[in-house]
Amino acid sequence: MSTDPGTRPTTPRRTLRWQAATVLGIRDEAPAVRTFTLGLEEPAHHLPGQYYVLRLTAEDGYTAQRSYSVASAPDGRPEIDLTVERLDDGEVSEFLHDVVVPGDVLEVRGPVGGWFAWTGDSPALLVGGGSGQVPLTAMLRHARAAGRPDLVRMILSVRTPSDLYYGDELHVPQVTPVFTRTAPDGSARPAGRLVLDDVAPLVRGGETAYVCGSPAFADAAAALLAEAGVPDDAIRIEQFGPTGS
Amino acid sequence: MPRVTRGFVGRRPRDSRLPPGQYDAGDQWPVLTAERAPHLDTDRWTFRIEGLVEREVEWTWDEIGALPRERWDGDIHCVTTWSKFGMRWSGIPVDDLLEAAGPLPRARFVVAHSHSGYTTNLPLADVTGGRAWLAFDAQGGPLTREHGGPARLLVPHLYFWKSVKWVAGLRVLAEDEPGFWERNGYHDRGDPWREQRFQGD
Repeated sequence: MSTDPGTRPTTPRRTLRWQAATVLGIRDEAPAVRTFTLGLEEPAHHLPGQYYVLRLTAEDGYTAQRSYSVASAPDGRPEIDLTVERLDDGEVSEFLHDVVVPGDVLEVRGPVGGWFAWTGDSPALLVGGGSGQVPLTAMLRHARAAGRPDLVRMILSVRTPSDLYYGDELHVPQVTPVFTRTAPDGSARPAGRLVLDDVAPLVRGGETAYVCGSPAFADAAAALLAEAGVPDDAIRIEQFGPTGS
Repeated sequence: MPRVTRGFVGRRPRDSRLPPGQYDAGDQWPVLTAERAPHLDTDRWTFRIEGLVEREVEWTWDEIGALPRERWDGDIHCVTTWSKFGMRWSGIPVDDLLEAAGPLPRARFVVAHSHSGYTTNLPLADVTGGRAWLAFDAQGGPLTREHGGPARLLVPHLYFWKSVKWVAGLRVLAEDEPGFWERNGYHDRGDPWREQRFQGD
């Protein structure tokens, strides 16, 4: 096999310390999806695509932690945006959605992950499903902030128009939304799953593809990319969410 | 000491089989992969032990299939905080494979690597003494491609990123050599009961 993640450049090894993160703002993105803006005590530079681990601690010392992708671009501000989908029975996501208010102090550590990260200097094809929008949007925001939106093409598979996050930010020429359940009125493409005809026109050759979504989505999207001519070693995948065994 | 989070009580009761910070994934078995799951043809599949050994050994699919297998039943723990209880696995003890190669006295670590290029580092002591297997079956059937089939490492007492999917071999070393995730900030050993998730834990 030609893929060799073992020898790729990676982030430096360093100890990740827990730090206080003050909730500065909370906003709705989509049904059951909210973005939490966290002010960091010890700001750190992140690459788009990296994530933070968030920890909750009960009075008796019981803790729960989950990892959330950073949605904000690395713009030097001492704060990060984490976008969290409220999962049924999700111990951490339910708490964040139902209990947390601005002013609360949580704990985070990061950034983590050097593989599913875009350094911003080479063409990238971003393929996201559902909450896969989060790290890919960090990449899009980074490209725009750097004045290189031309480096990025993004295709997002969501159920309905209201499942697109980040207001109108994704309604830009670099982003192709694909709706699986309900397409907007007058849409030329009927609602349906991502297919080769959606992906193939976006492949230019020479880009790295970043695929993010559920395991089933990521597997299907990576297969489409391969079919469209993207080499396996140019496809990076981040999956989250459970799958049946 | 962790800072108490206003209003957080957590879910109770905790199952004593859960290491700290983990939750029970129940019937589900999450898939986490950084790359496309490779399609490996067993006609060309090999498993190799090399490095600080008396003789480097490489097995073909048929050769490895002729070795005696063991069953291991128990729980697995992923650093992304899910655990899965009561799994049934079968495979060849890594002890048996290492014995064929004969690690040299100064051998202390291994790097396990996959057919796709993924690597992870392990102390030799963590893959010997009946604690690691080259696994072919899980839950009563062959490992699927998504879960590392046709063969993966099984080191159930460590976080599961150490249990390399699509494993291709072990390189035996005198010094520890961080693998893919370890160079990206993960812990060099990864004991779930000590919550060794990241460097410095």
